This record gives sequence, structure tokens and C-alpha cells, in this order.
Amino acid sequence: MTVRIMKPVEVARYSIDKKPLYILDVRNEDAFVDWKIEGESIEYLNIPYFDLLDGVDEIKGELPKDRDILVVCAKEGSSQMIAEMLSEEGMDVAYLEGGMKAWSEYLEPVKVGTLKSGGELYQFVRLGKGCLSYMVIDAGKAAVIDATRMTDLFLDFAKEKGATIEHVFDTHLHADHISGGRVIAEATGATYYLPSQDAEEVVFDYHKLGDGLRVTVGKTLVEAVFSPGHTSGSTSFVVDESYLLTGDILFIDSIGRPDLAGMADDWVGDLRTTLYNRYEQLSEELVVLPAHFMEMKEVNADGSVAKKLSTLFSENHGLQVEDENEFRELVTENLPPQPNAYQEIRKTNMGVLTPDAETQREMEIGPNRCAVR
Amino acid sequence: MKADHFLDATGLSCPMPIVKTRNAMKDVNSGEILEVKTTDKGAKADLAAWTKSGGHELLEQTESDNVYTFFIKKG
Repeated sequence: MTVRIMKPVEVARYSIDKKPLYILDVRNEDAFVDWKIEGESIEYLNIPYFDLLDGVDEIKGELPKDRDILVVCAKEGSSQMIAEMLSEEGMDVAYLEGGMKAWSEYLEPVKVGTLKSGGELYQFVRLGKGCLSYMVIDAGKAAVIDATRMTDLFLDFAKEKGATIEHVFDTHLHADHISGGRVIAEATGATYYLPSQDAEEVVFDYHKLGDGLRVTVGKTLVEAVFSPGHTSGSTSFVVDESYLLTGDILFIDSIGRPDLAGMADDWVGDLRTTLYNRYEQLSEELVVLPAHFMEMKEVNADGSVAKKLSTLFSENHGLQVEDENEFRELVTENLPPQPNAYQEIRKTNMGVLTPDAETQREMEIGPNRCAVR
Repeated sequence: MKADHFLDATGLSCPMPIVKTRNAMKDVNSGEILEVKTTDKGAKADLAAWTKSGGHELLEQTESDNVYTFFIKKG
């Protein structure tokens, strides 16, 4: 039987559409426990490839007959080998092209809204890492928010839509992934905005992103709302008076952590003020579009990650803590481990470090851990 | 550290460093030491995990100029 090769774009369908899939993950146990392909309809078996070199007999009986089987490893080589061994035994299996490395870089563009003037708002869902980026497109112009380092995808997408990227924003200095903002701005001549409070150590020129900054993309208004707490400069955006891009401050079922720039105790007050006062002053009808999601259950049936602000006020765990001390404990104690290489990632986003493409990839391996709940 | 056997697995990518190490181990007597050199970053964690699951002992692991060197004592 021939071995099939599955691309990340196909795996995304299983993950989003909840199609049954069986993943035989042949990375070592630590890697699997740390980070894997997520999906509510996915079943897993983790056996390192080096324990299968004598043959696949021991797992043959465990593999299901009634769902597709995908063999996964870090880069591809080992999963291909194991898939071929299974295939020689008459099993119908596929392996993941490019492995977890490719999965980590895959972005699924999802349209989240039609704007009043006829423009479009797209969300780019990075399923493997839980990162979300955005593009506002209207009348041949575009703005990009929180772009990932896979910059070609954003440049090609805008081109396909016949739009010129004029504005590039980062809601804050990211600590979990390398921003593609500066590269996109350089490639297009667009203005790159960063909150100045986050940019004290930045070594390149940028435009200051401050509270109340208004830019228009075509006829669509994008307005900055200062919302510190994850970092001291964290800024949200209201797009078309209908969408609230919250960055790493407010997620679907959790809130931002204040410690990744090392200032948890100082910023917890800011975080509280943003979530419990600043956002309260905004229209509850706004659709919240965060910069991350944590679990596949936060992903809507259409693949988007979005919920009304009013819903989050009543359901989000981080917005239900009335007591200030309790809130302080929640966001400063028992925090999850910090993201892989987060200090190096911050320095890269400041322009202080300039690692090559392969090193950048390695730095981003693993899950994002920007939330507390 | 002095090894009894040596395997050059540089330039090879996953899974070959482990496959070669496993084959080389067949000619190693229990208690003897095999030195393995690899340039594959992924092999770092995998070789350590494989050593453990195979009942061997990882005596030393060093890195210089992107070459990873392992000294494995056969169990």
C-alpha cells in the first residue's frame, strides 16, 4: 500500500471540522506531552520512533480501522519511516509533510467579518501555536495586526486581494512568537507601529502607537485603545466600531499574564483596570478578536476565534473575579511555565538579536503560554 | 573521555542518527563505550531518550560548533 503524504492544510480540516483522526506521534514522550496537534476529534498514540525500529507489530493491533491514521514527528523523516513500515504491513496510513515544524508555521485564513463599507476583516489562525493575526482590507488598502514571521503569507494574501498594506501594528512586544511586522513594513513601505512603552530597548525606527490613534484603511476606521497589563504598552484596537482586537489582554476563556516582561506585581493593577474598567466603557456589542487561543474548543465551527464582549463579561473566567486580592493571586501565582525561549524572542522583536531563519523556527517550537485562567 | 567504538553520524538527519547508533551498538559489548557525533539538533533529546529506553547509560553529552557528541555505555 502506498504511503500518503498529508499537508498541514489538510490536517487543519480535521482539527477545525472535527473529523475523526488517529495520530501516531513518534516523537519522544517529553516533546509529545509538551505540545501536539490539537483537535476534539483526534485520538492519539505516542510511541517514539526509536522504540519501533525492530518492527511495528506491537502497535499494529492498536491502530483503528475506522478512522484515518496520521504519523507525526518533529520534522518528517521519522514519521515517513514509520509510515512506510506500517504500509509494508498492509496498513493505510499518511505522514505529516514537514512534521510539527510545518504544523507550527501553518496559518489558516478565516474571514471574520464584512465591514460597513464593504471591506473585509480576516483572521489568520495559527493552529499549531494558537496565535492569531489580522488583516483589515478595504478599497484596495490593508492593515496588518500582530503578524507572524511567516510574512510571505500576509504579503501574498494582500496581493491576491489587490490591496496595498499601508499600516502594520503590533498590539505589544511579543514574547511567545517572532513578529513579522517590521519585515512586512519594510517590504511594503507601510508604517510600523509599536507601543512606545514596550519599545524602550527597540533598536529600529517605528511609529509610536498611543491611545486614541486613529487610522483609516480605505474607509474603515481603526482606533487604538490603550489597554496595559500584559505589557506596560499593550494596546487594543477597535475596527469599524464593531470589532475589538484585544491582543494578549483578553482571550476567549482566559486573560493575559502580566509576567513575561518580568513585572507581574507592577502590572497586575494595570491589567485589572483594563479588564474591569477600560473595557467596561466600550460597547458590549463589540466582537472580541484576541491574539491567541488556548484550546480547540475556543475555535468556532467556521474556524474563527471570536466572541461578543458581552458574552465574555458573563463567561470568561478571568472577568468573574470580584475581589482584587484574589485577582492579584490569580495572575501572579501558579502561572504556567513561560514560553520556549521567550527572552530571546523578545530581544529578536526588539531587533537586538537577529537569529537566522532556522534558529527562529527552533525558538518558536512548543505551545504558546500567554494566558492565565 | 575515551571510547571503545566511534560512530560519525554528522550530516545525517532524523531518524538516521538513531538508526545508525542502534546498528553500531550491535558490535559493542556490554560495558563498552560508544562515541557518537551528530549535527542533528533533534537527535539531542532523542539520543538521550533512546539510550534510556534501550537500557544503556549516557555518560557524557557535549556540544561544540554545532556538533553534538555522546558517550554511551552499553547496558
